[in-house]
Parts: sequence; structure tokens; C-alpha cells
Amino acid sequence: MEPSILAQQAVNGLILGATYGLIAIGYTMVYGIIGMINFAHGEIYMVSAYLTAIFLAVLHFFGITSIPVVLIVVLVATLCITALHGWFVERIAYRPLRDSNRLAPLITAIGLSLILQNYVRLSQGARSQGVPTLLTGSFVIPAGSGVIQITHVQALIIVVAIASMAVLTFIMHRTSLGRACRATEQDRVMASLLGINTDYIISVVFVIGAAMAAIAGVLVSLNYGSFDFHIGFITGIKAFTAAVLGGIGSLPGAMLGGLILGLSESFFSGFVNTDYKDVFAFALLVLVLIFRPSGLLGQPLVTKV
Amino acid sequence: MNKMVQFGGVLISMLRLLSPPPAVAEEGIPIGVAGPFTGAYAAFGEQLWRGAEQAANDINAAGGINGKKIELFKGDDACEPKQALAVANQLVDRHGVRAVIGHFCSSSTIPASEVYAEAGILHITPASTNPMVTERGITTLFRTCGRDDQQGSTGANFIVNTLKANAIAVIHDKDTYGQGLADAMRTQLQRLGKKEVLYEGLTRGEKDFNALVTKFKSVNAEAVYFGGLHNEAGPLVRQMKEQGLKAPLVSGDGIVSEEFVIAAGGPAYAEGVYMTFGRDPRKIKEGQEVVDRLRKSGFEPEGYTLYSYATMQIVAAAIAATRGTDGAALAKWLHTHDVPTVMGSKGWDEKGDLKTSDYVMYRWNNKGSYEEVP
Repeated sequence: MEPSILAQQAVNGLILGATYGLIAIGYTMVYGIIGMINFAHGEIYMVSAYLTAIFLAVLHFFGITSIPVVLIVVLVATLCITALHGWFVERIAYRPLRDSNRLAPLITAIGLSLILQNYVRLSQGARSQGVPTLLTGSFVIPAGSGVIQITHVQALIIVVAIASMAVLTFIMHRTSLGRACRATEQDRVMASLLGINTDYIISVVFVIGAAMAAIAGVLVSLNYGSFDFHIGFITGIKAFTAAVLGGIGSLPGAMLGGLILGLSESFFSGFVNTDYKDVFAFALLVLVLIFRPSGLLGQPLVTKV
Repeated sequence: MNKMVQFGGVLISMLRLLSPPPAVAEEGIPIGVAGPFTGAYAAFGEQLWRGAEQAANDINAAGGINGKKIELFKGDDACEPKQALAVANQLVDRHGVRAVIGHFCSSSTIPASEVYAEAGILHITPASTNPMVTERGITTLFRTCGRDDQQGSTGANFIVNTLKANAIAVIHDKDTYGQGLADAMRTQLQRLGKKEVLYEGLTRGEKDFNALVTKFKSVNAEAVYFGGLHNEAGPLVRQMKEQGLKAPLVSGDGIVSEEFVIAAGGPAYAEGVYMTFGRDPRKIKEGQEVVDRLRKSGFEPEGYTLYSYATMQIVAAAIAATRGTDGAALAKWLHTHDVPTVMGSKGWDEKGDLKTSDYVMYRWNNKGSYEEVP
């Protein structure tokens, strides 16, 4: 086996996996706190891709071309507006149904995902949209008789994914907000009896999830250079799979699940067959669930008496 | 509950308002135009619609067909076989169309054609190139474009004779059109004494093909052939360039749209991609006036726009000549007569395929448009 090819496939898988992981965080946090799957999350990611293009165009209009400034402004602006979408989704589709049948929010989730898709389609058009190339060039690392190529955007994906995971872990484990989140996750009624505004905390969780999806949206749009209103569906399903694989409800599990999914897709596609890479990824998921029903890092659900 | 009932009532009355009256006007000739008007391939649907609409307007302005005006009905299949079937039934049952121009994707044209055949309606596709479209013995079905086996041969000859590539990777998108094209390529490569080094399918809707691109490197591909549409071809060629692959990408008429450049992320990425497509209809002498008229209305008649215009002319010519709209009679006339169109004179063999096809190679340049390879 040529070492440069092996290493390049590992890099491909890590980058793909990092974006899956970032989106998977939204699924896993929402499940952890209110025990439902937010199927509209993929569409939140799609919205952030559009916002990226819009903000890039706005900055270009004002003649701002310094790449670090553009990157930071676009990232922050997209993050804020996408987070607002996340908050809005929770407010109108889930909060009114919080104490109803478990199926009801699931159905509003699907409905909301249709609404978001068509709202974007009607306002932005059905055609694919392009993102101007912001960063060109790549790192070329010699390995064996060949080279490994990592574009600057891909390197940025890895760096930003690690940084945002670190920030998120810090928030969840070292701040009072994080403590309140974890308390609400463990027992919502008890947490509210102890003076935690659980409604507010649940909103915050949706906002954090959407913000992570926004980071992924900005990076992915810059990486692939184009998107359309359909991208939320496939990516959403993959990220959801990553969350289940890593153990839904577990934060490091989401990232781990994303990376495993990305790597397995990349290696299977690269060394066996591209036609069946999704079959392989889902077979892996089934196997994991047979032997560890709560996922790789998930906590078994304890029935509260 | 009461409110819900009221709301439901409002909804139902709104639906009633939306649906057009079922009666068909006596004096018009209803003709359906079907294609993907929404969804990822809406750009192609627009080409079909613009072409057919312009032709219908021009014919109506010149007095219609035997004094009757053409009325167009849009059928949106979103390039989904299931929806294509529903749309076909709707066009036939509700709008009572007398002829259908369309369906862009072969995977939509094939199921829909059965509905039209059963209803005895003339059906001409301007864009579906899969061989199976006309291989099923439907006598009222024609096409005004070439076939993928012809297209695949042109591509294969170009790769082997002009690009002089030995190691060729053949990729498709697992759809009827894309895989058909890839298979045609494989057959012709075999005839030329070459065997592809890779034959694999990617998933429509995905954006990350980096693993596949690295695989091209590992098999030392000297040329990559892709049977599929621009939404996947764009990211594929971008990632090939990002990984420093020198092998050129060759594809078919599924990327004949400016959207290919958008999907690739700019002309810099699309540059150097080859594709097969009929001789540029915009350059054909007979069509100049129509091209100018479409450009004036703010639409560049690229891709299948003029094919669709020509198809409308063919339908009109057949109806005018037979003085009726009976599918069998129209088909019989078309099998035995050549029709002058904006794309030159067209004639059909007994299967409904064009007697002559004219696939040539094009190359995308650094300005985001394509030029014929000399």
C-alpha cells in the first residue's frame, strides 16, 4: 500500500468527519436535554450555507477584502443569524408541544424542515449557489513516493473544529450555564425546582446546536464552493448517524461518531468500492448498536423511579 | 376544534381556487411541457420551458396551427420518476393535452412515456438520451436529441485518440442517464481495445468526493469520465484540481449549463473539462433569428433551449399536416416526413431516434463558457 495514498485518505476522512461531528453536536445536545430528535437540524445547516454566501457578498460590496477580517465577520454573523433560527425553531415548533405525545414534536420537526427548505427555495431560488473562492493554495507534504495535499480551507476546518469542541467542552463543564444545562439534562423537574429556568436552558441548547451547525456550514461552503437548498437532507442524515454511532446524548460521542463515520466512508470508498460506502457505514452503525445499544460513548438510559 | 374545522374549510376553499377549471377551451390545442422546474435540476427545466414557450408564442403570432392557438401546460417532475408519473397523469387527465414535449431526465421520461402511449398521445423528448427511451417499442415516442450510446462512443474516441489516455476511470451517478452513459463509454472503450481502470458510482446529492479523487491517484488514472449531472460534476472537478490531479475530466451533456461553473466554484475550476454535446444549436444558420429573440428577452438559449423550440415546431408541423391530434396519425406522419426546424431538417427512424446525430466535443474555458474542440 502506497503510504501517501493511505495518509491522503485518512486526511479526507478526518475533514469529512469533522464536519459531520460539528453538525452531530446539535442532534446529540437536543436529544440529551429533551429526549427528541430535531429533524430540522439539517436544514439549519443548509440555512447557514446561504447566510455565508450572503455575508460574503455583503462584505465584498463594501470593499472589505482582508481575508482574516472577512472570515471572522462572516463566521460571527452567520453564527448569530443561524443561532436565531435555532432559537426560533424551538420556540414555535417544540416548546408548545413539550408535554404532549412524543410523536407530536417529531412530526412538527419534519414539517419545519419542509418549511425551512421551501422558504429558502422560494426566497433564494432553486438553482445551486456559488461561494467565491476565499482561500486558495494548499499544504503539500511529501510522504513515501507521493505527496499528501491539504488545502488551506481543509486545514482551517480541522483547526476550527478542534477549537469549537474545546470551547464547547469548557462551557459545559466549567461555567454555571453548563452546570445548569447538565442539571436540566439529568432531571428537568428537579432542576426547575432548584431555581433553574429550564425553558431558557432548552432554548440555549438549541442555540448552541445551531451555532455549531453554522460553523460547519461556513466551512463546508468555503470548502466545496457551492450548495443548494437540498444539502441539509443528506448531511443531516449522516450527522444524525454520527450522533447515534457515538452515543446520542454524549458530546464527545458526537465528534467521535463523526470522525469514525467520515474515516470509514473515506477508507471504504478509497480501498474497496464507492458504490457501497454508505452501506458499509450503516452496517457499521448496526453492528455498534447490537453490541452497544447506547452507542460508543453513550450512557445507558436508566429508568427513573 | 371549531377553529380547526373553520381553518380546514378555508384551506379546502383555497385549494379549489388554486386548481384551474377542468374544461378545455374549444379553440385551443393544449400541449404539455414536462421537466424539472423545481429541485436541483431546475435549470434544465427552464431551458425546456423557455424554448417551448418562445416557439408557441411565435407560432401563435403567425396565426397558430390551422387557425388554432397553442396552449401550454407545465408539468413539474423534479427529475423524480414517481412525480413524473403523477405529472403525466395530470397532464393527460386534467389538462387533456394533445401532445407532450419533454421530461428531461431519462429516468422520468421512461415511466411517463407509458402513460402517454396508453392515452395515444404524441410524446417527443428534446433531451432524454438514454437508449432505453426508444428501445421499448412505443410508436408514438420520438426524440430530438441523440442517444447515449452515440454520445459515449464520441467521448471514448476522443479520450483514446485525442487525449491518448490509457488508464481511464469511469464514474457514474447510479441514475438511469448517468450509468447508461458510463456503460456506453465502457462498451466503446472495449471496442477500442482499452479497459477502464475504475468503474464506480457516487451518490447524487453528496458534495465530498475526495476519497474517490484520491483513488484516481492510486490507480494512476490519465483521464476520468463522468456520467452524470453538473451538481456532482462540479464538486468532483474542483476536488480533482485541489488534490493536484492532472487527469482531465470528460463528461456528457448532463453538464451543459452555466450552473456547472457555479457548482464547481468558478471558471478556474471548470476550465479544461471536456464534454460531448450536439453541434451547438446556437450556431446553426436557421436558428439565428430565434436566438436573437431569446437573447433579447434576457435568456441565453444554452443547452436544450433550442432543442425544445425545435420540438414544438415539429409537433406543430405534424398537427398542421395531419389536420388532427391523433397520436398514431401524427407518429405515422413523422416517421415518413422530414421537418425543417431551427436546428435544421430533422428525420426519424422506425424507433423514433434521429436519423443523424451530430455529437462533438466541447471544452469549458476560463471564462465560464464552452467552445467546440477543433
